[in-house]
Amino acid sequence: MIRISDVSKSFVLHNQGSAVIPVMEGASLSVAPGECVALVGNSGAGKSTLMRMIYGNYLAGAGRILVGDVDVARAEPREILTLRREVLGYVSQFLRVVPRVPTLEVVAEPVLAAGGSAEAGAARARALLARLNIPERLWSLSPTTFSGGEQQRVNIARGFAHGFPALLLDEPTASLDATNRAVVLDLIEEAKARGAAIIGIFHDLEARQRVCDREIDVSAFTPARVA
Amino acid sequence: MTEQAYNFAYLDEQTKRMIRRALLKALAVPGYQVPFASREMPMPYGWGTGGVQVTAACLTPEDRLKVIDQGADDTTNAVSIRKFFERTAEVETTEHTAEATVIQTRHRIPEQPLGEGQILVYQVPIPEPLRFLEPRETETRKMHALEEYGLMHVKLYEDIAHNGAISTAYAYPVKVEGRYVMDPSPIPKFDNPRLESAAIQLFGAGREQRIYALPPHTRVVSLDFEDHPFEASKADHDCDLCGCGTSYLDEVITDDAGGRMFVCSDTDFCASRQADGHRGALSPQEELA
Amino acid sequence: MTPLLSVQGVTKHYGARLGCGDVNFDLWPGEVMGIVGESGSGKSTLLSCLSGQLPPDAGKVVFDTRADGPRDVLTMSEPERRMLARTDWAFVHQNARDGLRMGVSAGGNVGERLMAVGARNYADIRAQAIDWLGRVEISEDRVDDRPRAFSGGMQQRLQIARNLVTGPRLVFMDEPTGGLDVSVQARLLDLLRGLVREMGLSAVIVTHDLAVVRLLADRLMVMKGGRVVETGLTDQVLDDPQHGYTQLLVSSVLQV
Repeated sequence: MIRISDVSKSFVLHNQGSAVIPVMEGASLSVAPGECVALVGNSGAGKSTLMRMIYGNYLAGAGRILVGDVDVARAEPREILTLRREVLGYVSQFLRVVPRVPTLEVVAEPVLAAGGSAEAGAARARALLARLNIPERLWSLSPTTFSGGEQQRVNIARGFAHGFPALLLDEPTASLDATNRAVVLDLIEEAKARGAAIIGIFHDLEARQRVCDREIDVSAFTPARVA
Repeated sequence: MTEQAYNFAYLDEQTKRMIRRALLKALAVPGYQVPFASREMPMPYGWGTGGVQVTAACLTPEDRLKVIDQGADDTTNAVSIRKFFERTAEVETTEHTAEATVIQTRHRIPEQPLGEGQILVYQVPIPEPLRFLEPRETETRKMHALEEYGLMHVKLYEDIAHNGAISTAYAYPVKVEGRYVMDPSPIPKFDNPRLESAAIQLFGAGREQRIYALPPHTRVVSLDFEDHPFEASKADHDCDLCGCGTSYLDEVITDDAGGRMFVCSDTDFCASRQADGHRGALSPQEELA
Repeated sequence: MTPLLSVQGVTKHYGARLGCGDVNFDLWPGEVMGIVGESGSGKSTLLSCLSGQLPPDAGKVVFDTRADGPRDVLTMSEPERRMLARTDWAFVHQNARDGLRMGVSAGGNVGERLMAVGARNYADIRAQAIDWLGRVEISEDRVDDRPRAFSGGMQQRLQIARNLVTGPRLVFMDEPTGGLDVSVQARLLDLLRGLVREMGLSAVIVTHDLAVVRLLADRLMVMKGGRVVETGLTDQVLDDPQHGYTQLLVSSVLQV
């Protein structure tokens, strides 16, 4: 489902003497449907960078990033947009939404974007919010006013609202209590069961061992820094 | 200075020719505003300088002229203009609608239907019907050229929204031959149906330097909404002098105690009816023979 | 699939000075494109050229018309272009006063486009106007008030209703949230986003506010000195800017 071959990336800081900072070299991996792969490595090794490149959020310098049959490294913006609507989901660590929009709508939005009906979206959103223990009285409020943990759960609900065939999870269990952490792990296992290919970053070792089939150490793709 | 010092009908021949060319163009394109080089006239703007120039360009020595102001032959404006042409053109004048060949009018169409061979000349203050909604002349011209008349209905919409009905009572916009939207000058909307006439109708705006026209039997439709159709309204009364129930009425205040009467605004029409023996509610008591 | 709008080599000079130079992009149905850059970068010039308000010196602006398929807007006759401007296109001005008739009631402002395309039933026009006022969160009892009596945010929402009532397919917006309070901005953004999705609108939004484009635009075009220096997915351009100017622009934004 996800196949990455020989991807490299460097940042060029034009405003700081055009410093070139290579951050990745020769990254290759593949994830099959129903498989969950954890990216591991030290902080700064490039886990998030790789994840962001897969999502099209960072531009890949070279190589191929195939999600389904779309090469994200080369695709037109609108192809990536379609991919994100229908195929590739992303649960980031931060919730970025228009202020004032009710939580229920925030969570239902991916369903609508993928062409689902308003009823289907609302139903799915209610089910997920209930499972993730967001009190019903908050559903009509904007999540921008919520606590960090609540925002994180809203973000997860949003990520799992549509049944994406491929999912990127950036620390989905961080800052969650045991109960909600278990719910999120259940959601991940359910997604695997329906055949989703998942790439995740989990600092939580226990969680990683429970849901991940393999680990890939990103340090292997970290270029040797010229001192 | 003697009257003979003036050219026939005051204007010089070149000017009259220029105006006639504008008139012909206006007749050829009904409802279209033709620019013309309006002259200074020996009367202030707003007193009918446009109408006077058009009349001057139309008059021949054989014509019989009638001038009305709000339907009346005897008000200052009508009397002055009539005198002006009596002196400068020495044409015959009349107060009888049927006898006139050229009628210059301010804000009315005579009650008696006009026939072929008659010319009705309107004095127009503001020829542009779109002016109050779109002040840019460049833009209104373009709107006419491209038949973008949605704005005209916005005005009527506003009327209904604010007053519950189309409250525009005069200068009610019309569409001419399905093409140009035209301001019929400030005639009461009661007169709008009579814009479809056998006579030639010419409109002159002196200050604004525009001439437009309706050839005989031109189709003239008053703008409206399906659910708020055009209505030619008048005061709900009969004439208190001639008893006519279908003519357009003026309300006349008769004292400072609320006394009033309604009389035909068309003085010739009313006088003719009284001559024929028609009487209204406030007619002077006649002595028994 | 054909792009809704295909911009090819659009160039405009003001005398010797470059307004915008050799701009190319395709806008696809349902896509929202943001154009960002500082004042004088040519983004407003470009928008004027695209929306037929300013003839460019060179280039093509091909719009996929309902009737005849793709046609170059710049070679259309003026009546055709004006017809397009009041049916399939909409233009939301930064200053609501430029896009509204201040002397006409809110209902009349919304109804004008309907009447311009031939609506002649007062009750229908009014019902549609009220429906649209509701959609932009203006209560029904304000329908007969003139925009003068409205707040800035309400005027802007009224302008949007007036523009969208005929169901256009392409909306041009020039700093739609400029000059509004932040709280009002958020409300307007939310409204615009909802309308864009519900109606499947495509939009070109010119702004200098990066937060606005992040929330509204799918794609981004960065302009500097009349030239396009970078294009791409909105989040990619903002999070991983490639051009020095974009990097500067992104790093100059104050974080809240």
